Amino acid sequence: MEQKENEKSMDSDSETMLKKVYEKSIDPASQTILLKAKQEGIETAWDRYEKQLPQCSFGQLGVCCRNCNMGPCRIDPFGEGAEKGICGATADIIVARNLLRTIAAGAAAHSDHARDAVLTFKKMSEGAAGSYAIKDEAKLLSLASEYGIPTEGKNREKVASELADALLLEFGKQTGSLLCTMRAPEPRLKLWTELGIVPRGIDREIVECMHRTHMGVDNNATHILLQGLRTGLSDGWGGSMIATDVQDILFGTPQPRMSTVNLGVLSRDKVNVIVHGHEPILSEMIVEAAEDTELLKLAQEKGAAGINIAGICCTGNETLMRHGTPIAGTFLQQELAVITGAVEAMVVDVQCVMPSLGELSGCYHTKFISTSPKADFPNTVRMEFHEEKAYETAKEIIRLAVENFPFRNPEKVNIPAEKQECMVGFSAEAILNALGGSPDPLIEAIKSGAVWGVGAVVGCNNVKIKHNYGHVNLVKELIKNNVLVVTTGCNAIACAEAGLLVPEASELAGEGLKAVCKALGIPPVLHMGSCVDISRILVLSSVLANRLGVDISDLPVAGAAPEWMSEKAVSIGAYVVSSGVFTVLGTVPPVLGSQAVTALLTRDLNNVVGASFAVEPDPFKAAALMLEHIDGKRKSLGLNSDR
Amino acid sequence: MKDLIIRPERCLGCRSCEIACAVAHSKSKSLFSALGEQPAPKKRIYVDCLPNLEISIPITCRHCEDAPCVSVCPTKALSQDEVTGIVSHNPDHCVDCWTCSMVCPRFLPLYQLILNIGCWTSSMAYNRGVISRQTDAGVKCDLCQGRDIPACVEACPTHALVFYELEEIPGTKIPETTSELTG
Repeated sequence: MEQKENEKSMDSDSETMLKKVYEKSIDPASQTILLKAKQEGIETAWDRYEKQLPQCSFGQLGVCCRNCNMGPCRIDPFGEGAEKGICGATADIIVARNLLRTIAAGAAAHSDHARDAVLTFKKMSEGAAGSYAIKDEAKLLSLASEYGIPTEGKNREKVASELADALLLEFGKQTGSLLCTMRAPEPRLKLWTELGIVPRGIDREIVECMHRTHMGVDNNATHILLQGLRTGLSDGWGGSMIATDVQDILFGTPQPRMSTVNLGVLSRDKVNVIVHGHEPILSEMIVEAAEDTELLKLAQEKGAAGINIAGICCTGNETLMRHGTPIAGTFLQQELAVITGAVEAMVVDVQCVMPSLGELSGCYHTKFISTSPKADFPNTVRMEFHEEKAYETAKEIIRLAVENFPFRNPEKVNIPAEKQECMVGFSAEAILNALGGSPDPLIEAIKSGAVWGVGAVVGCNNVKIKHNYGHVNLVKELIKNNVLVVTTGCNAIACAEAGLLVPEASELAGEGLKAVCKALGIPPVLHMGSCVDISRILVLSSVLANRLGVDISDLPVAGAAPEWMSEKAVSIGAYVVSSGVFTVLGTVPPVLGSQAVTALLTRDLNNVVGASFAVEPDPFKAAALMLEHIDGKRKSLGLNSDR
Repeated sequence: MKDLIIRPERCLGCRSCEIACAVAHSKSKSLFSALGEQPAPKKRIYVDCLPNLEISIPITCRHCEDAPCVSVCPTKALSQDEVTGIVSHNPDHCVDCWTCSMVCPRFLPLYQLILNIGCWTSSMAYNRGVISRQTDAGVKCDLCQGRDIPACVEACPTHALVFYELEEIPGTKIPETTSELTG
């Protein structure tokens, strides 16, 4: 009797556990591993989130200032306490300054990534980085001509070297504006010029943000935010765009191909190496080294059936787009991957890598290997990566992983079954190719209403929103309403996991979009790459706008970041809106402490750059906002606007 | 009965309790929506700074029915309005004897801290200030009726505010008679 009661209480315990797990993620593979984590007493981001609750209200509202040591100061949002900081800064000033610093950090992350790509490119051109080569010569030549570099009579390395110098100049430029901004439609560039927000040097904008937010410099919220837009633009039409271009030259411009995603891509009998972070510079070498015969032989000796590389976050997206290397998961699945117990090495570079991975790896046999000279972590094996010895380092990393294989504890292994096919590799070039070389078929489809509009859905995961719930539901809702979706980053991975990146997913689309997808053999959701590849979306938007002879802000296009969390996302938001695309955010940015800043971002920016932000955590309501916006743009273009 | 226990040694002065209190007493009960409400929601808890002790402390008065602080006050500096139940403090009569703090569970830990530190220069001034402010506003702590845990307790990141049965906290037994107080 007593035993029965015990069993009953255990049942209800595991039921609560299951319920809790279902509340955290919509993805069955993640649920499986979250349950494993609970059973093994392993802590994840979700547990740490609970311990942070309730989160600081001043922080959530953005009204805390730590920019000088008279502070910290904070403003009482309900007006009973302090209305000003010690220097006299109001909530408007404090919120605007904090937002500007966030944009600067985001732009810095993308642009510093770009700098490293260009430096690798430069070393390659000088023969100092033998592991790399020019993979896309056509793109090299077209970029060289864009940057005014004569190519006649020069070998391609010489062209590359001169191009690299020109690109490096963009970072420290002191006069003129960033060259990539010339890719924007003419009315857009004219608007930026009138507003005085055409970005100058990439580094300069970021430095100026830090200067302006220093104690006692820029103290007008609108003025501060204009610099935010300019800095965002220096990312989107500068750093990010350069990163995409150079990586395409070095590693190839992505073309459509098939792959698989989710934790189920981890192998039961092969050595699993995860590449996680944001840069393809090392992961490209890792992918190559995994096919090294010497290492494959070693793997065999260690009892493994081979070497399996899988990606997480944008490092994963980069290798997925170019090689079809499978992806193990999104940002919030990085810990879950380790908890499967089947990962021999978690190899990380920069950005969105949780420091928790160090302690977590210690609970399993996983080697947590950090490789960037910029990014160290607790409890890692440091294997610093330098371009000169790129392939050798990659081999050493794989060797370490292979030698770790015998230490995998089968009793601790649980690899979820979920493994989803996906079609990826839709660079702007690939999309135009799929359309037959011209944007006209897409424009005709938009005009006829078969394709109602285009939705650009991007961004991270955030524990504040059920994992992938925002991403998947928003995108499903859009395609159901015939909105073609272009995606990057963790949204792309989330959509892939939900089976939205296969041509068959057009069955979930409205009739018009379904017919277009079937005719072209493409999915209704197009994976355009990593987060720096949002620059591809800007280029594609420009192509469409130019073809129609309008500005980007006139297009039936809307953006969304349903589960955003990083500073990079804020910089992205700044440049997407400044480029004329209405954008819905799924989590509340820390600006509500200032009515002026909130009004500017959600309303008044419309009169400045022809687009603004909206905040809507509910993906269904967010989709409705985007559709409403697209309807309005269709109407202004004289197209059928009656869904 | 459970009450709010203040542990001043843990307070970092972040004022999270103040915001949580105002939000809990707003119409919408949500931070982001409470921002625009008219009239603005009022907090019932105040983080005050005690320079002599180099600490900050969240203070809130419940204006208890038959307030014990009023009954033990030897100089009648504390009084309670018979109709509204509002406790008020007359600084002219206060002799900083701290007797009131010894019968109020919310101040007992502070009193003990003062005993430990041996700093007698701190006065009832901040306490009096808070009581007066709440009197002006006509609002008082209701221990967040309808919630399991008061919002300020939930919001406190360092657990400087806890919600306990008094006897659960060692050394916080409230003296029942004046003779016990004076030993």
